[in-house]
Amino acid sequence: MTNVGPAVVPMSLPGGRSARGLSHHVLSVLVENRAGVLARVAQLFSRRGYNIYSLAVAPTDDERFSRLTVVVDLESTPLEQITKQLHKLINVIKITEIDPADAVEQELLLAVVAADVSSRGQILELAGIFGAKVLDVGLERLTLALADTPEKLDGFTELIKVFGLIEVQRSGRVALAKLNRGGGRGGVSRGKAS
Amino acid sequence: MKLTGAQALIKSLEMQGVEVIFGLPGGAILPVYDPIIDSPIRHILVRHEQGAGHMAEGYAQVTNRPGVAMVTSGPAATNIVTPLANAYMDSTPMVVITGQVATSSIGTDAFQEADTTGITMSITKHNWLITDASEVPEVVAEAFHVATAGRPGPVLIDMPKDVSNQMMDWYWPEAVDLPGFKPTTKGHPRSIQAAARMIKESKRPVLYVGGGVIRSGASSALLALAEKTGIPVVTTLMARGAFPDSHPLCLGMPGMHGNYTAVTAMQKSDLLITLGARFDDRVTGKLAGFAPEAKVIHVDIDPAELSKIRQADIPIVGDVRSVIEDLIEALDKGEAGEMAQFDLAPWISQIRDWQKRFPLTYDREGSGSGLKPQYVIETLSSLTPEGTILASGVGQHQMWASQYWRFEHPNAWVNSGGLGTMGYAVPASIGAKVGRPDKMVWAVDGDGCFQMTAQELVTASAERIPVKIALLNNAYLGMVRQWQEMFYDQRYSEVYLSPDLPDYVKWAEAMGCVALRVESPEEVAPAIEKANDINDRPVVIEFRIDSGEKVYPMVPAGATNDEIVLGPMFGGGQ
Repeated sequence: MTNVGPAVVPMSLPGGRSARGLSHHVLSVLVENRAGVLARVAQLFSRRGYNIYSLAVAPTDDERFSRLTVVVDLESTPLEQITKQLHKLINVIKITEIDPADAVEQELLLAVVAADVSSRGQILELAGIFGAKVLDVGLERLTLALADTPEKLDGFTELIKVFGLIEVQRSGRVALAKLNRGGGRGGVSRGKAS
Repeated sequence: MKLTGAQALIKSLEMQGVEVIFGLPGGAILPVYDPIIDSPIRHILVRHEQGAGHMAEGYAQVTNRPGVAMVTSGPAATNIVTPLANAYMDSTPMVVITGQVATSSIGTDAFQEADTTGITMSITKHNWLITDASEVPEVVAEAFHVATAGRPGPVLIDMPKDVSNQMMDWYWPEAVDLPGFKPTTKGHPRSIQAAARMIKESKRPVLYVGGGVIRSGASSALLALAEKTGIPVVTTLMARGAFPDSHPLCLGMPGMHGNYTAVTAMQKSDLLITLGARFDDRVTGKLAGFAPEAKVIHVDIDPAELSKIRQADIPIVGDVRSVIEDLIEALDKGEAGEMAQFDLAPWISQIRDWQKRFPLTYDREGSGSGLKPQYVIETLSSLTPEGTILASGVGQHQMWASQYWRFEHPNAWVNSGGLGTMGYAVPASIGAKVGRPDKMVWAVDGDGCFQMTAQELVTASAERIPVKIALLNNAYLGMVRQWQEMFYDQRYSEVYLSPDLPDYVKWAEAMGCVALRVESPEEVAPAIEKANDINDRPVVIEFRIDSGEKVYPMVPAGATNDEIVLGPMFGGGQ
């Protein structure tokens, strides 16, 4: 299967794992918020032949740090080797491996859909079911926004496709480990000292 | 105290205890060259920026202190890319300072602008583009810390011209604060205990020793471990001298051109105690067939090396010296009697049998014309004083040097292992001599290598750095020729160089060296003795060697180490 975009998958598999979760893994990487850090991470992946499936970057609440959420493709390289090489970057502070089964994930989708008078009602109905927002309305088009799990986004895209998709833009996922009941966060942290 | 960024940079290098900079000035680095005049730091003016980098590496390889090189922007920075890549592969601590165009011009394709930090990102441990003069002391302190702590390696500081001219308030940071850089140096006690147990249970163990043992100064700890356990030692190309060749437990170099016993002991081993080595493809041969019965204890300060190539049964992150010391203690503490039952006699006797049947050897009489290169190196090794430092380029001569030189001490072998950089010998030997002026420094070089970097002998003459070059001239790119002979049906493609173009004696003399040409075996020893006596300038001896001579043993590329080819001395077969 060529990896040209999100595969069409069932919304979930037994055990809460999506199909792509089998070869994809999410790394939440805390980095120093400095010029060139993204380039260092991207070049490391390129140089070592690791595949990035998606990447999202933004500053954290502490302005000294940024958080990268990287979805990596594990078909070529063991996750352990990727995290160890990432740790060698001086600007990488902490890496948390997030198992999709133990994470809350969100991704943003913007889609421009062909919507003439006859189909607009059905599209809006679908949007309502998924909780998508209408961001923009044209004479024969609608721009919709949906923030949800990547799987929901896949399902939504699949359903609105039949009306004619003109443009789709996805943000790449962001994820955090699920809270455990005793407080604090779960997930496997790999600090430098470990 | 108010200083310019340039003055702060030189003062910061002084604070770091830097005694010498190898460099070449130019436009963007001009402001930094002014305070050098007033600094106690010695500056050595090279003839090509690549030379500056390799000299810094040679200096670092013999002193275990970071070498420092300084060049200007653009082409100078790209010329030092090869040494950075070389130092990165061989874990050599080095600090490179490059000039950069003014911050306002960055990104405009200004004269002599190159994206130096971008280009060098993947071949440095870290690099810094300084954007304000107040950062200079902090960045220099960080750079030296990163270059030397954990697994050593090269770093680069890119210094824009306007920042060099900017005024700052001088300070010196008390400590380095890098939250993302905290190398683990102490091995985990439970892993070390498990390793001790695994060693005691092994029947055919081998200490597989890499360059990390030299970088961490672990040679005497290694000697204690080997002697305590009686386990034989192989020293990789990067580790020659980490364990004395004269020691009965030393098996020499393993790998593609390793000797039969070192290669086969690893192949038949049931436990590889891997110390600061990284399972390089030149050591393992075809990985699927490498040491198939061996368990692996892998000690390295870089966690990413553990299980990168070969899955480790016991991975230990830590400084190899500290881990060896803890391991010796753990072996002592084990349940009483265990160590007494540890009997390697059958294994050692097997090894002695291999050594007797398949020694490293060559055809001394020789049918071809010209000197035997192995004879030249053996003679050189025997006629030079104890502790002589040997540098080498890359190719056949490097393998012969590693095979036939007698290595007795760490930090006395200066060569390019991982990257295989031709032309390394001349500049690296100069850097080594600067680092250890008390030692005699020889370089073994090939004619192909020599032509790449020989101009640095001008530097050596001008600076009175008396290195000695044994140039093994076989008129070919010899290693490539060997592969074409063996694997391409003797179809020689673009490997012939000519024995007398250039005239190496005239060339060396033109560069201020004493030059000798040696063509017959009787002349070899007298020429070396003459060179040994010259201490006021560099010497080049051109040895005309047999161009048909090949490096044996050899594990062909893509073959397993079981398929080692011993060469014509053993009937050409295995």
